[in-house]
Amino acid sequence: MIRNVQAVKRLASEGKRLDGRELTQYRGPISIQTNVSQTAEGSARVQIGDTVVMAGVKLSLEKPYNDTPDEGGIMINVELLPLSSPDYDPGPPGIKAVELARVTDRAIREAKAIDFKKMCIRSGELAWFVSVDILTINDAGNLFDAICLASLVALNQTKLRPYDENTGVVDYKGTTEHGLPIIKQPLSVTVYKINGHLMVDPTRDEEEALDARLTVAADEEGIISALQKGGDTPVTVDEVSQMVELALEKIGELRSIMEKQ
Amino acid sequence: MAYKKRLDGRKNNELREMEAKSGVIPNADGSAYLRVGNTVVYVAVYGPRPAPRFLADPSKGILRFHYNMMPFSGYGSRIRPGHKRRSQEIGMVMAGALEPVIDLSQYPNTIVDVFVELPQTDAGTRCAAISASSIALADAGIPMTDMVASVAVGQVDGTVVADLTYNEEAYDAPVSDIPVAVIHGSKQVSLLQMDGEIKKEDLIAALNMAIEVTDEIHALQVKALTERFEVEQ
Repeated sequence: MIRNVQAVKRLASEGKRLDGRELTQYRGPISIQTNVSQTAEGSARVQIGDTVVMAGVKLSLEKPYNDTPDEGGIMINVELLPLSSPDYDPGPPGIKAVELARVTDRAIREAKAIDFKKMCIRSGELAWFVSVDILTINDAGNLFDAICLASLVALNQTKLRPYDENTGVVDYKGTTEHGLPIIKQPLSVTVYKINGHLMVDPTRDEEEALDARLTVAADEEGIISALQKGGDTPVTVDEVSQMVELALEKIGELRSIMEKQ
Repeated sequence: MAYKKRLDGRKNNELREMEAKSGVIPNADGSAYLRVGNTVVYVAVYGPRPAPRFLADPSKGILRFHYNMMPFSGYGSRIRPGHKRRSQEIGMVMAGALEPVIDLSQYPNTIVDVFVELPQTDAGTRCAAISASSIALADAGIPMTDMVASVAVGQVDGTVVADLTYNEEAYDAPVSDIPVAVIHGSKQVSLLQMDGEIKKEDLIAALNMAIEVTDEIHALQVKALTERFEVEQ
C-alpha cells in the first residue's frame, strides 16, 4: 500500500497534519459500545476515527500457578485480522500483534488493576482466569490506544458465570451479577514524534512516518504503569518529559469519554 | 409428533430476525455485516490483487475464503485461535457455494480474498457467512452473474423447519441440520451438507423450504447493497 509518508513529514515540520487536525487532537467521534458479543463474558467495540477494534473476555476456572497459589490470572491476546487491513496476512500473530498485546498486558497487570487474590476460590486448587482477546475490524492507525481502551471497557463489563464449587465446571449459559474485582482503571495514550513535532492519535500514514513513539499507560491518579518506546530514533529525557505530560493529559480526556458512555 | 411448537416460538418456515449492512469496513474493497438472530458475521473482500506465485492462475483470478470464529464467540470456553480443520472445510464449501456466480476470467494471476469473522454465534454460521459474502463481493464490484443466499433447514423430531438455532440442533430427539445455498435466479443449490438424520421425503420438503425462504434473505441482501447509496431528498 502506498503511504503519504513524505507529505506527513513535510507538514509535521510546520506543525500541521494531512487531515487538518491539531497535533494534540484525537479523531472523532470516539465511540464505545458494550455487549457486542453475547457469547463473551464481557465485550466492547471501540472506534477512533476509522479505526475499529473489538475486545471480548472469556473466563475459565483453573488451577493457580505454583508460585501464586492464591491468585487468578489474566492473558491478553491481540489478533491483527486480515479482514481489517490489506497489510495483514492470515497466520500466527506477528511481532506487531505481540507488542500490542504485551504492552496492553503490562498496562493492566503492572497497575494491579485487578485484585487477583479475590479471584481465587480454593488456594492452590481453583481460581478465575481471564482471557481478553482484542481483534481489529478496521486498522486506520493508533491501535495501541484503541486496544487498551477496549480491553479495559470489556473487563469492566465482565460478569462471572455460575459454577459448580466441587467440580469447578463453569456454566457458560448462566449469568451472575458479580463483576471482576477491578480496582484501577489504566488507559494508554501513544505520543508520536515526527520531524521534531509531537502528536497523538496517528493515522496509518503518520505511523509510517514516525521517528519515535512512546506509549504511556496510567491510572486515574496519573501513576504510570507501562511505557514502550518505539521507532528508530532515540529521544532525550526532555522529550520524554514532554511526551509523558501530553500522554497524561490525553489519558484524562479518554477517561472522561469512557466514563460518560 | 413431539416437536409441534418451536423452542423460540417461530413458525416452521420463519427465519430469525435479520439485519444487514454493506460497506462496514473502510479498508476493504467490499464488506458486509449480517446478523441472523444471535449469529453475527463480518465479511471483508480484498482484491482482485496479485496472487502469490504458487497460487497464481494465468487463465483466471482465484477466489479464496477464510472463515474464523472469534475466540469469545462460542457458547462455552474460549476458542483457541489458529488453524482448524473445521474452519478449513467451511472455507472450501463457501468457495463452492459462491464460485458459480463469480466470474474472474478477466483477472488472470490475481486473487480475491474473502475474510469471515464471527464475534458471536448461535448456529447457522456458514450460512450467514455465505449470505454476507455475497453482499461483500457485490459491494467490492467483483463481476457476478447472480446473488447467493444461504440458510440451514432440517427436521427436529419429525418437523421440517428453517433456520435452526443451537438449541434446536441440540434438541433431545432425532435432528438434522442441512446448510443450503441457493442461487437466486436459477434456484439451483450450490451448497448442500448435512449433520444428523432425515427421511428422503423430509429432505425434499426441507430443500423446497430453503428455496422459498432464501427469497427473504435475497431481498435483505439487495436492501443492504442499495440503501448505502440512497440520498436524502
